[in-house]
Amino acid sequence: MNPNTATKPVKAITAEGVVTGRPVVSFLRAKIQQSLAFATLVVLLVFFSFANSAFFTFSNITGILLSTAVIGILALGTTFVIITGGIDLSIGTGMTLTAVMTAVFIVNFHAPLVVGVIGGILVGALIGFINGFNIAVLKLPPFIATLGMMLIAQGLALVISGVRPIYFSGVPNATGFNQIALGTLFPGIPNAVVILFALAIVAYIILSKTLLGRYTFAIGSNEEATRLSGVDTRKWKIIVYTVAGLFTGVAGTVIASRLGSAQPQLGAGYELQAIAAVIIGGTSLLGGRGSIMGTLIGALIMSVLINGLRIMSIQTEWQNVVVGAVILVAVFTDSLRQRRAAFRG
Amino acid sequence: MTQLLKVSGISKSFPGVQALKDVQFELNRGEVLTLVGENGAGKSSLMKILSGIYTRDAGSILLDGEEVVIDGPKAAQRLGISIIHQEMNLMPHLTVAQNIFVGREPRFGPFMRERELNRRADELLKETGIHLKSRDLVSSLTVAKQQMVEIAKALSFNAKVLIMDEPTYALTESETDTLFHLIASLKASGTGIIYISHRMEELSRISDRVTVLRDGQYIGTLEKDELDIPTVIEMMVGRHIDAGARPTARGSENADVMLKVEGLSTRSLLKNVGFELRRGEILGFAGLMGAGRTEVARAIIGADPSEGAIIHVEGKKVKISNPSDAVALGIGYLSEDRKQFGLLLEQDVNTNVLLASLGDHANSLGFMKTEPGKQKSRDLVTSLRIKTPSIFTTTKNLSGGNQQKVVIAKWLARDCDILIFDEPTRGIDVGAKEEIYRLLDQLVAGGKSIIMISSELPEVLRLSHRIVVMAGGRITAVLDNEEASQAKIMDYATRSGDDKE
Repeated sequence: MNPNTATKPVKAITAEGVVTGRPVVSFLRAKIQQSLAFATLVVLLVFFSFANSAFFTFSNITGILLSTAVIGILALGTTFVIITGGIDLSIGTGMTLTAVMTAVFIVNFHAPLVVGVIGGILVGALIGFINGFNIAVLKLPPFIATLGMMLIAQGLALVISGVRPIYFSGVPNATGFNQIALGTLFPGIPNAVVILFALAIVAYIILSKTLLGRYTFAIGSNEEATRLSGVDTRKWKIIVYTVAGLFTGVAGTVIASRLGSAQPQLGAGYELQAIAAVIIGGTSLLGGRGSIMGTLIGALIMSVLINGLRIMSIQTEWQNVVVGAVILVAVFTDSLRQRRAAFRG
Repeated sequence: MTQLLKVSGISKSFPGVQALKDVQFELNRGEVLTLVGENGAGKSSLMKILSGIYTRDAGSILLDGEEVVIDGPKAAQRLGISIIHQEMNLMPHLTVAQNIFVGREPRFGPFMRERELNRRADELLKETGIHLKSRDLVSSLTVAKQQMVEIAKALSFNAKVLIMDEPTYALTESETDTLFHLIASLKASGTGIIYISHRMEELSRISDRVTVLRDGQYIGTLEKDELDIPTVIEMMVGRHIDAGARPTARGSENADVMLKVEGLSTRSLLKNVGFELRRGEILGFAGLMGAGRTEVARAIIGADPSEGAIIHVEGKKVKISNPSDAVALGIGYLSEDRKQFGLLLEQDVNTNVLLASLGDHANSLGFMKTEPGKQKSRDLVTSLRIKTPSIFTTTKNLSGGNQQKVVIAKWLARDCDILIFDEPTRGIDVGAKEEIYRLLDQLVAGGKSIIMISSELPEVLRLSHRIVVMAGGRITAVLDNEEASQAKIMDYATRSGDDKE
């Protein structure tokens, strides 16, 4: 007897043991975490709007979006890694290192702005590539490999910068650098926000329309089965981590541009916030399941929470407590759903 | 013999499905009752009712002549009904004794009394005649010994009724013998055993009686002296299946050599393995577990490292260092463990069917062309008669036979000419097996070449044009189907690898 018929009221079983179900229902079930996250976001927006009239204003909303940009961009790249069943702890300090390298290229080496920015992003990609190589070829566990890289990037950022911020202001070839994040291509909306949404669209297309996206899900679902199907899983894993590195590089540029400087002390802890955003968005830490839309919503939930609590004059210390609790609830609902799924099948 | 357990009129329905309808059986002290039925026949539901995981809708359960209520696993344990599941639930890093008494450790305040624990375990093992050392780590034991730990654990609850769900699933021939000896001694001590199995050849060996279920209903019970395998199979599937069939003769004995392997060795097991696979042929690989058949397959496709192998595909010398090389050369491998190595269970049928050929459906920038792929999936689902509501159904919701067909579809989508099937019908019920057999026949008739590894000798004889027999990492014989018989294959399979013909 097929045990999965036991708890599935919507499904019927035929004599051959084929479970037939309404595709709509299973589709909805797959979307539950994401729609739950979306509903949470809406509830938060409504709640804070009523709680304080200063919340739902154009300037505050763009402020929220701006504060989402860096974590959001990091989270987009990490989504790929987490869907493969991996983890990337090096994105926070990796971002710092790319920001420092961008500053070194532009301020110390007097490289043209474009060259400096691209150079910084490539440093991010290199960090990702090394992670991918260590994980896919040297077979280090992703947690360990990226933990090591996290410390290396942090150390290098401090050493290279001499533990001092590097400022872009007053450097001739850095003119306009702050426009990358703070300029307004669209009136009233900082470019950092535009970059976030543009990258989200790119990430969405990669994940849902390309071979890389398919293999990302396949590896996360069952890496060995994927390998035995003739997919060069080593190559694709290296690519996935390199993509995460590229996003890290862009985040490095955006944060440096926003702050007008490369801050070597900043960055540690960002990786955990990004990972939290991915998980709140319904991507499974076990791999094989996740979405870009969810990650974007997850990142927004975190910034809305922090902004709303601040606007209600709640102490910063308490804000952390609330965000932590939200992560626990998100992961709990996810595991609840997985337990139900395991029971079903 | 005295009656131990009498189950009658059991019905159980889940929303939308009647899982059991008026099912009955009896179990005496000191006997083995074998319960057979296809997947979905209701065996597991029935056992779950007995072990307290499900509650029955109707019917009565008499234990030692008294009506009992089994409202949970604890209640079942208290009544002396223990179940050994197919998947083992042991903690590999704990010792045998720690596993047996997990949750019931003798304690002194907050401290464990390790010596007392081991003493109790030794006592239990001695009483039951199970040859295990209580201080051994479970991870250091063979699968069969681990099974013994499960049995010892079940017996430690003073089980009167012991339910075993496919206990020989992962056991070798000699390990199975050990298990059967243990079952015999349990019988002698009065334990009643309910034995669930898919393996027909085991039935006559150990059953005192066989009860057959089909579609959640009781079909009948055969006593030991009237036990006859074709009858049992007929009762199970409700139609007649020819057990003695042999493959249709190939057109030409001298077809092209598709795959030639020479001097294949691995560090741990294989020694100088070499053979030829011809176009349109099914080459069976027979042998006991551990003979190295799966290792040969995995080494050929580059899934595991090998040494010194010279491989020719269609006459050309090739180098295969990982599975993607093999697939590029048109060699597809269907693992014995579909769930672990063959399928993305959480993904839909479409994704699984296209997994090996995704590259064909992407343009040079890596963008997917989804429509041709979906069409191909639909075509294969139709032509292989995969029973699924749609190609977007999650694969884990399909039955074993249909999941196997999805794996086959994957390689057909990739258009592989050489297919290596490792235990193609493992865990698939009798009716669906026939369909897989026909499919394999059709594939070779269409010009594919197949290597088929199987532990079931009737299956090897039914399908293979030639049979490679392995023992101890070497090939001990290559037999033509006409000259092969079960006895002959077993003879070669039990030789030590050294006395090669």
